[in-house]
Amino acid sequence: MIEIKNLRKVFGDKVVINDVSAVMEAGKTNLIIGASGSGKTVFMKCLVGLFEPDRGNILYNGLDFTGMEDEQRKELRQQIGMLFQGSALFDSQTVEQNVMFPLDMFTRLNHHEKLKKVNEVLDRVNLKDANKKFPAEISGGMKKRVGIARAIVLNPRYLFCDEPNSGLDPQTSLVIDKLIHEVTKEFNMTTVINTHDMNSVMEIGDHIIYMYQGEKEWEGSNKEIIYSKSKKLNDFIFASEFLQDVKEMRMLEAEGKAVNGKNGK
Amino acid sequence: MTFFDHFGRYLLMIKGMLTKPENWRMYWKELMKQCQDIGIGSLGIVVVVALFIGAVSTLQTAYQLVSNLIPKSTIAQIVRDTVILEFAPTITCIVLAGVVGSKIASELGNMRVSEQIDALEIMGINTKAYLIMPKILASFLMIPVLVIIAGVLGIWGGRLAGILSGILSPEQFDEGLLSGFLPFNVSFALYKAYTFAFIISSIPAYFGYFVKGGALEIGKASTTAVVTSCIMILFADYILAALLL
Ligand SMILES: Nc1ncnc2c1ncn2[C@@H]1O[C@H](COP(=O)(O)OP(=O)(O)O)[C@@H](O)[C@H]1O
Ligand SMILES: [Mg+2]
Repeated sequence: MIEIKNLRKVFGDKVVINDVSAVMEAGKTNLIIGASGSGKTVFMKCLVGLFEPDRGNILYNGLDFTGMEDEQRKELRQQIGMLFQGSALFDSQTVEQNVMFPLDMFTRLNHHEKLKKVNEVLDRVNLKDANKKFPAEISGGMKKRVGIARAIVLNPRYLFCDEPNSGLDPQTSLVIDKLIHEVTKEFNMTTVINTHDMNSVMEIGDHIIYMYQGEKEWEGSNKEIIYSKSKKLNDFIFASEFLQDVKEMRMLEAEGKAVNGKNGK
Repeated sequence: MTFFDHFGRYLLMIKGMLTKPENWRMYWKELMKQCQDIGIGSLGIVVVVALFIGAVSTLQTAYQLVSNLIPKSTIAQIVRDTVILEFAPTITCIVLAGVVGSKIASELGNMRVSEQIDALEIMGINTKAYLIMPKILASFLMIPVLVIIAGVLGIWGGRLAGILSGILSPEQFDEGLLSGFLPFNVSFALYKAYTFAFIISSIPAYFGYFVKGGALEIGKASTTAVVTSCIMILFADYILAALLL
């Protein structure tokens, strides 16, 4: 579980994150949604300590990350996995070496045991026969899978994914979403995902935080988002007419009225 | 950013690099890789530059010494001392600032821009220690060796040019080579080599590690790194000469 209390981040005189509080629970996919430039990446980087927040606290299972010494932070970070927007694979290393890297660095397993573990996670993300390939030789979707494999190889308790769907086709996006959702449940991880993909919101939005210009504008689940009254959120989520129609239909359904004859305006 | 901001951040980078490795074996592996990149990777260019610089200095020294009162062997003596004192350490290191410096800056810049450095940080790795320290240590190990090779080959190139052009005989050259030799000159060349090794590795590492932006900025950072390193080498060259000679 991650608790965020009154987080604030300023660049120069620009307030990028303004007084955001939230609780991210374990075993759930926690989504941060919002338009480009709304501060999702900065928010996530504050959570993992790549940016220092100007105010506020971040508690990992009750431990205050913000006040920690470097050494304590390093220890905690071994329980954190992160998938970056551009996958951030080490481009001088093969897929296998990329996934093995955290094991090389932080475990005392022998090569055989490490290889076994690597093949297990690569198998888990449905990536076979790519062990010896270099990042430049595989597709965007495969890179994301390798990124996920590398992030979960040490069985982290916390998983962060910055726009896991960016640059992927809708079908591959869904597969990656499902994968993240499944491993979250399977290993009871606390997962935080930045996205502006509506499919992800509807499919895996256990807990959703909508950010608008650095502030938390709305919070709820994918079940609740349909009925939200926030105009900003509605304009963002149900941007197309098609989606607006879907929303109206769902709301009518919920009110128990017959849908018959109501489809289409 | 002003010069002092850069200098402060540079010092903090050096300080931040001095921690205990998370895993000695992985750091050792990285050090060996860097030794190979820096040492073997730039051996070819160092050999070519040294041979030609030595050859040219024999021809030019002969051209400037027109008096018959001065024995031919003096040419060898002058070539030996200029190669050891200045050409082998300084010219080699200026060339290395281009070859090694741009490589270090662009490698780290690319890792920064593609978030590979962030990915390492997230894993709980001190990236200053893991990425920069091995490059500096490898430079300390390899660059003095390259400078010694350059010195030997420079003198040998000078000898060859002297003989081929008929300026002096092998015996005359060897006589000059051995007369009035000061071992201190070799130590001086090595002091320079160590100083320049630190400049060539740490300054480009600084500019690469702190790149912001994209591919364009990596190119700019690498140019700035090479230019700054060259200027610092010349500056340090002067200071060392003023202090030690
Ligand atoms: N390192 C930085 N320095 C200054 N401003 C930044 C930095 N990183 C992000 N910003 C600004 O913060 C705002 C939010 O950016 P970001 O979190 O990347 O948005 P997104 O929601 O698209 O991920 C943007 O206006 C961006 O310009
Ligand atoms: Mg972003």
